[in-house]
Amino acid sequence: MYTASDLRKGLKIEVDDVPYEVVEFQFVKPGKGQAMYKCRIKNLLTSNVTDRTFRAVDRIDKPDLEERDLAYSYPEGDHYVFMDNKTFEQLTIPADALGDQKHFLVEQIEVQVLFYNGKPIQVSLPAYVEKKIIHTEPGARGDTATNVTKPAKIDTGYEIGVPLFINEGDVVRIDTRTGKYFDRVSKG
Amino acid sequence: MLRAIRNFFSDRGFLEVETPIRQRAPAPEVHVDAEPSGSYFLRTSPELHMKRLLAAGYARVFQVGPCFRRDERGRYHHPEYTMLEWYRAHADYADILADTKALVAHVVREVLDKPEIVCQGCSVELLPLWERITVSEAFRQHAGWDPCDRFDEDRFDLDLVNKVEPNLPRNMPVVLTDYPKEAASLARVRPGTPPVAERWELYIAGVEIANAYSELTDAAEQRARFEHAMARRRELGKDVYPPDEEFLELMERMPPSGGIALGVDRLVMLLANAGSLDGVIPFRE
Repeated sequence: MYTASDLRKGLKIEVDDVPYEVVEFQFVKPGKGQAMYKCRIKNLLTSNVTDRTFRAVDRIDKPDLEERDLAYSYPEGDHYVFMDNKTFEQLTIPADALGDQKHFLVEQIEVQVLFYNGKPIQVSLPAYVEKKIIHTEPGARGDTATNVTKPAKIDTGYEIGVPLFINEGDVVRIDTRTGKYFDRVSKG
Repeated sequence: MLRAIRNFFSDRGFLEVETPIRQRAPAPEVHVDAEPSGSYFLRTSPELHMKRLLAAGYARVFQVGPCFRRDERGRYHHPEYTMLEWYRAHADYADILADTKALVAHVVREVLDKPEIVCQGCSVELLPLWERITVSEAFRQHAGWDPCDRFDEDRFDLDLVNKVEPNLPRNMPVVLTDYPKEAASLARVRPGTPPVAERWELYIAGVEIANAYSELTDAAEQRARFEHAMARRRELGKDVYPPDEEFLELMERMPPSGGIALGVDRLVMLLANAGSLDGVIPFRE
């Protein structure tokens, strides 16, 4: 249990059996009234943000959350298999817990997985991953403009926008937070 | 700022006073916690001593100085802050409102040289028309119920900060007035249906700046309210302060009066267009 005075940005709490993260909070105390904490909280399952005010006397549940570092091994149907490199335990994570992040998985990459009541709810990849372009139309010769993009397929079959000078076989860096091309690592 | 405040009051025949900062018996209020200082407490307000001066025959007194409230830290709260209080004998909360309008006008003229301020992202016209809205009206309009009819402390506090305060007009100062009798604190209750406490709060740009009363002068009623507040504090596991017997005794001689407490740091914050007290308090906790 937390007390309201434990509230701060980033704290993870449980409200009505749902895990939330506090994204904003403000101490308020109207004249002669009780101290309260006006919070903006993000639902960790849906990412929806709502407002919630806690009174100083309120007790707030602590969610059963565990964060683990896991290495990605291989896909298996609509699941993905990860390995805990400390315990060598294998864990299977369903595609929907990964969301769009699943397109950017690279073998042996370290990811952080957040478990809620033992179930994976959030997977954080490193900020940048390197991916090989397996298909893209050739760009016009000498065109190095970066504000114009063309579609390109990466090895997971996912399509991203890349600058015109990128060719098949090139390895590019992708920003996993935006899902966008960042720069070219090597030519194919 | 302080010079403008002092000039304003001395021009109007107010006596500047100093009262004890360390007190044996802070005013017992349910949600105001005093910082202990040895076997004393640091004052949360000079109110009870100012009222003793009223009872002793001083008809117009003001004080500006530090007050302390434990565990109050936020955008608009600092555990040590500067409070301005003034009291008038043979006056009520309406007279205090007239004083407040004149004071704010004077201070703004002296400090800023123009009658409007820009703060919290809005422009506020400070002179001289202030919006006056009763607690009943404000709650009916924004929260859908009337706390003066049937009071519910938790609902009142939550709806005040979530529904009422965010929706108060911001282009001019707002006086939220006539509180439920249960939220009277040290204010006189005016009989009626429903009875209401003669108390108002001033909001500028959505920030609470001052709290004023027609002062309660009925010692028996005051004792009952203190005891009620102490019982609630005991329930909540908070420090319980001894009753200020000397004050209760002198209260019999207190004339009908009006009084107010105004947060000086918050007013400075608004005039300086700072987003929080951190922008104007030079040495912070």
